[in-house]
Amino acid sequence: MAKHINVALVGNPNTGKTSVFNRLTGLNQKVGNYPGITVEKKQGNCKFGRACKVHVLDLPGTYSLNASSLDENVVIELLLNKNDKDFPDVAVVVADIENLKRNLLLFTQIKDLGIPTILAINMSDRMKRKAITLDIPLLEEKLNTKIALISSRKNLGFDYLKELIENYNQLPTRPCLNASEIAPEYFDRLRNAFPNQDLYKLWLVITQDVNFGKLDRKELKGVASFQTESPSNLKRLQQKETVIRYKFINDTLKETLHIDAANAKDLRSRLDRVLTHKVWGYVIFFSILMLIFQAIFDWSEYPMDFIDRSFASLSEWTKNAMPAGQFTNLVSEGIIPGIGGIVIFIPQIAFLFLFISILEETGYMSRVVFLMDKLMRRFGLSGKSVVPLVAGTACAIPAIMATRNIENWKERLITILVTPFTTCSARLPVYLIIISLVIPDTRVLGIFSLQGITLMFMYILGFGAAILSAYILDKILKISTKSFFLVEMPNYKLPLPKNVLITVIEKTKAFVYGAGKIILAISIILWVLASYGPGDFNNAEQIIETEYASQNLSEKELEMHVESFKLEHSYIGHVGHFIEPAVRPLGYDWKIGIALVTSFAAREVFVGTLATIYSVGSDDEQTIKSRMAAEVNPILGGPLFNFASGISLLLFYAFAMQCMSTLAIVKRETNTWKWPMWQLVVMTAIAYVFALVAYQTLK
Amino acid sequence: MALTIASLKKGQRAIIKDFSVDVVPLKLLEMGCLPGNEVSLVQIAPFNDPLYLNINGSHLAIRRETACNIEIELL
Repeated sequence: MAKHINVALVGNPNTGKTSVFNRLTGLNQKVGNYPGITVEKKQGNCKFGRACKVHVLDLPGTYSLNASSLDENVVIELLLNKNDKDFPDVAVVVADIENLKRNLLLFTQIKDLGIPTILAINMSDRMKRKAITLDIPLLEEKLNTKIALISSRKNLGFDYLKELIENYNQLPTRPCLNASEIAPEYFDRLRNAFPNQDLYKLWLVITQDVNFGKLDRKELKGVASFQTESPSNLKRLQQKETVIRYKFINDTLKETLHIDAANAKDLRSRLDRVLTHKVWGYVIFFSILMLIFQAIFDWSEYPMDFIDRSFASLSEWTKNAMPAGQFTNLVSEGIIPGIGGIVIFIPQIAFLFLFISILEETGYMSRVVFLMDKLMRRFGLSGKSVVPLVAGTACAIPAIMATRNIENWKERLITILVTPFTTCSARLPVYLIIISLVIPDTRVLGIFSLQGITLMFMYILGFGAAILSAYILDKILKISTKSFFLVEMPNYKLPLPKNVLITVIEKTKAFVYGAGKIILAISIILWVLASYGPGDFNNAEQIIETEYASQNLSEKELEMHVESFKLEHSYIGHVGHFIEPAVRPLGYDWKIGIALVTSFAAREVFVGTLATIYSVGSDDEQTIKSRMAAEVNPILGGPLFNFASGISLLLFYAFAMQCMSTLAIVKRETNTWKWPMWQLVVMTAIAYVFALVAYQTLK
Repeated sequence: MALTIASLKKGQRAIIKDFSVDVVPLKLLEMGCLPGNEVSLVQIAPFNDPLYLNINGSHLAIRRETACNIEIELL
């Protein structure tokens, strides 16, 4: 029988843990979520030789086993629960040669759990340039472990690492140091109360709120009584633990690690001087932002056009190739345009994550956080809010998840609440079509297109709304949190193309499957609601034929009248008429009203909905556009999409909270329905007021 | 008044002595910010905050208000 080994990769952030994971598993990896929480779970399989199957789990990066966030909690939960199916046979602690001191803190903690542990020291290719020497045999002896000196960049040392993993049962499991000496009396009491339990495990369970596996919990029932120590006393003990661990590490490394500072040439300080400069720092940051936007709008236009056309012809082809009937209609008018509406966002999402992952891999993102912190704090945000706000231009969902590393709860909550104001990629198709309808295609100063400027203005408006509402929230919200901010400034590194590629593929896949499901479902529901109806709907042909009997219409014209009559009397038509009084003051008719309602599932559905409603067979922009341009306002006459109603629509989409997925993610991240409901009500109210004022003054 | 990290000048090095608050964020200690370890100020962000430090070989940035609580002795 083949040997099966469970490996867990653990390590500090910025140690190249994920590169090691990518090296070990290649593309043979699966990314999902831990059950019930939105922490990413990355796992992969690989084979060492013929007889050894290895399952690798890439745990979230953490600085220690004292969890302060959901991501870090996952690590402890797994390492404490022997019954978890992913419980590692062997833990590989990935460390960075240049930050060995800090990285070893986590290593000594894991070692104390009695799990066979390998220390993989990454980035060893930098040792020479940094004039670092390491006495590995001595360090192995001091730490009771085996060390693999690796470089994921140069693909060095992985054979030896694999060999160590394969022979994990020969690894010593003795701890490095005795943590109980921080409070001997307290630990003695613990030992007497739970003679069969591992002392260090008990200590971890007591000091953190760990959601424990069932079996262990039964055995540890009395643990709660050991929290008799006041919380601040426990905290002091934790500090003591950290102090003795560092003492051990400093003593150990003094004997084994040597850095010849005179010979170490530093790229970091030279780059930092420019990149965090009070003028150049901002100039460079904003230039990079401009480049990202340029890529998202300009460069992705070509693949998007291609996708658009392909799906339009696929839909057409299906209609002709399959036997006529309701099922064919569902496929060609509901499902194919629905899938097309998802696929079309792939180029933009991919570009955005390409840039974000490059910025993160190089270590530049931390400099942006450093540069922006003071500015952002004036608005109640943190320097770390910059990442979510930039990521929000792709999609608010990953952006809101990216707020997790903001330590201060108030700053984090405000970031979560205002992020949906930033112009996400789902708003883009709506903006594009409305702008092309109501803003004249002229040039300003000969070079800038007025439509382009309008689009840019919409982005600025989104950011402005986010910043301004953050400022107001900062004044309103009465949450007292201890202000704390800490960001690691990692070394500058060239990004590994493989890592970047895998991130882009992963995030794009997550979008297609996550958001895609909703968009597809909505398209199908919409099609059904628009294709069926009560009463008159079913006699549409007859009614139209009698009504237009005298006018001698061609078959085609007659058919069009039948279609629009059907739509008006379909289920969705009834919904539209029902809400029309509410949207009429904004300059919309019942058809736009329907598009607004469906947009609450996801904004990008707007264009698709109008396409379905205007009974245009395909999603082709030009045809929808010309149809929209011809639409007449039923009350005032004149074109329905004029300057006033167009601006009103743009403003509505800029401010309204129209995304179920975002609401769901905010609920999960804040653990209450209070904040998503707050967003839904307040943002939509703002949107309504702005749209109303704009239409009433401009009309 | 005791010297703190907040009073360091760019490039200056010091030894961490003590904390002037009772409970220090554990994260900070975990990053190596412990009494007896060396700290140097690498850079100050525009608008004078946050501070970019090298503590015990780790590079990190903290805000001035946190830095005020960490007492030092200049080297």
